[in-house]
Formats: sequence, structure tokens, C-alpha cells
Amino acid sequence: MPRIRAGVISFPGSNGDHDALGALEHDLGIAVRRVDYRETDLTDLDAVVLPGGFSYGDALRCGAIARFTPVMDPLRAFAGAGKPILGICNGFQILCEAHLLPGAMLRNRTLKFHCFWTTILIEKSDTPWTSALSAGDVLRLPVAHGEGAYYIEEHRLAELERNGQIVARYCANDGTVSDEANRNGSVANIAAICNERRNVVGIMPHPERATNDLTGGADGLRLLKGILKGALTDAT
Amino acid sequence: MSEPAEAGRRWIIEAEIMPKQGVNDPKGDAVMSGLKSLSFEGTQRVRVGKLIRVEVSASSEIDALDQGTRMCERLLANPVIEEFVVSAARIG
Repeated sequence: MPRIRAGVISFPGSNGDHDALGALEHDLGIAVRRVDYRETDLTDLDAVVLPGGFSYGDALRCGAIARFTPVMDPLRAFAGAGKPILGICNGFQILCEAHLLPGAMLRNRTLKFHCFWTTILIEKSDTPWTSALSAGDVLRLPVAHGEGAYYIEEHRLAELERNGQIVARYCANDGTVSDEANRNGSVANIAAICNERRNVVGIMPHPERATNDLTGGADGLRLLKGILKGALTDAT
Repeated sequence: MSEPAEAGRRWIIEAEIMPKQGVNDPKGDAVMSGLKSLSFEGTQRVRVGKLIRVEVSASSEIDALDQGTRMCERLLANPVIEEFVVSAARIG
């Protein structure tokens, strides 16, 4: 087992932090620690997860206030050093608001809170978080969000496509990327993206809530396993 | 000891923040269907945004507007999905 240590940041209002800690520690089997949002040093970590939830009660916009917490400065340095960061759901929203990832989130087109299982098509396996997967893999993961419709201007969407930054899209069970499968109304069915350097990934569905068949499925663990390879590749 | 003549004036900044043209506004769509079901048949389009009032001290209207604009650019609005208009009214 590679000796890597991951951190999960708890912001005020995070509620997926314990799911992420449990998934990484018990199902993936790596060393983890909870990172308080007031911490200013992340140098002991090989990978960082920003969990789901409702940081600062989604005041103003989802993730808009968490962006100003003390931990964000060392997180920026962590990203700048090329180390792997994964933002899940609210974590994805925070990374967008902090400009560590491009784009923004809008209300789901149904206006409803979405809480169900969904399927995504993995398009890129060259990020530390998807390195255990192959392009074309279909994962079944749960979503839990009210504002999960990814939005980016058309010319910047073309840029994402060109740079291969679209990591996963909502799809039907057979992997077909259709409008029907795009329940929240994200542009181009986007479920996950990465930055240009590919070390920062944002994903709307919850891989950390699908790490054990006892709780409905373990496809999320297939994704998280990538970090075993991803963090080590990066460290060398 | 005298305070600068202009300092300490209080202003209310109003930032009107709206979804940008071309950005989906499901709240606006829902309100529009509500209005239609109340027989406001002439309703053509609804966009839902937000109004944020901030009380500041500023030396002039230009200063107040400048503060409001910077607040919008840096926090109150997200330029990817929203546009804003700032106005200021003196209250003291």
C-alpha cells in the first residue's frame, strides 16, 4: 500500500467531510486527517479533498464565502505545486469561486434538489483522480445538490474541450451522453472538469458516498483509487 | 483637529445583480409560469436576480460607486454568470 496521506477540509457547513474521511481511510485504506478551515499549512499532505455540503449556508452563492477562509492560501500553493486536489459537490463550487477551476454553478434546471443515483461517462483518465479508470468507463454515483448545473461561456467551453479538461459527463446507463441524462442542465452534460495542469479536479456527484456495495455501490472507490497512483506519480 | 470635510459621509450602495444574458434562469422561468397561471397573460419574460444594500462611508458619490463596483467585482457578483448595476444614495 503506498504511503500517502490525504487531508479533507472541513468548512463551516461542510457535511460530506466525514463521508470523505471514512471512504479514504476505511474503504481506500490510506492515512487521512481532517483539515480545519483555519489551518495554514498543508505541507504534510499528498492530496486534499474539499468535501460536499453547504459551506457558510450557501450565503450569497455556493462556495463564495468559503473562498476567503485561511486554508485557501495554502490550498492555492498546494495546487501551484501540482499536487492533487479533488472538490466534490460543494467542494467543486468552492474551487470555481476560488478560480482554481473555471466556470460556475447554476440552479438545477428542474429547480429541485437532486438526490438520486446518476451515471457518468469518464472521458479523461490522465488526472490523478481518474488514473485508475479508463476513458469510456461508466460509473454509477449518487448526486445531492440544488445548484449543480455547471455553466461556462461558450468560448471558454470550446477551450475546455480543446484542452481536454472535461473529465466526465452525465450519461445514460449504457454510456450515451444525452440531454435526458443531463438532469441538472449542465452545459455539455459536464459532471467533472480539471484545471489546465490537470491536478485540480471538480466533480458534482459523490464518489465518497459510493465506496461500498453495502451502501448501494462501490464505483466511487474505483475513482478514488486513482489517487494511490496519482499522488505518487506526482511526487516523483 | 478637524476631520476632512468629506469624510464620514454615509451612503447606501445598491447592487442590482442579474443573471447574464444567455444564462439559464430557472427561477425566472418558474415565476413566469406562476404569473401565467394567475392569468397575467401578457407576461413575456421574467428574470430573477438579487438586490444587495451596503451601507458605507464614502467621501463622494463617485467614491461610493467605486466601492460598490469593486465589491461586486470581487465578491457580490460572479462575472461568469451575473451582471450588475451599482447605484448610491447619501443618507448622512
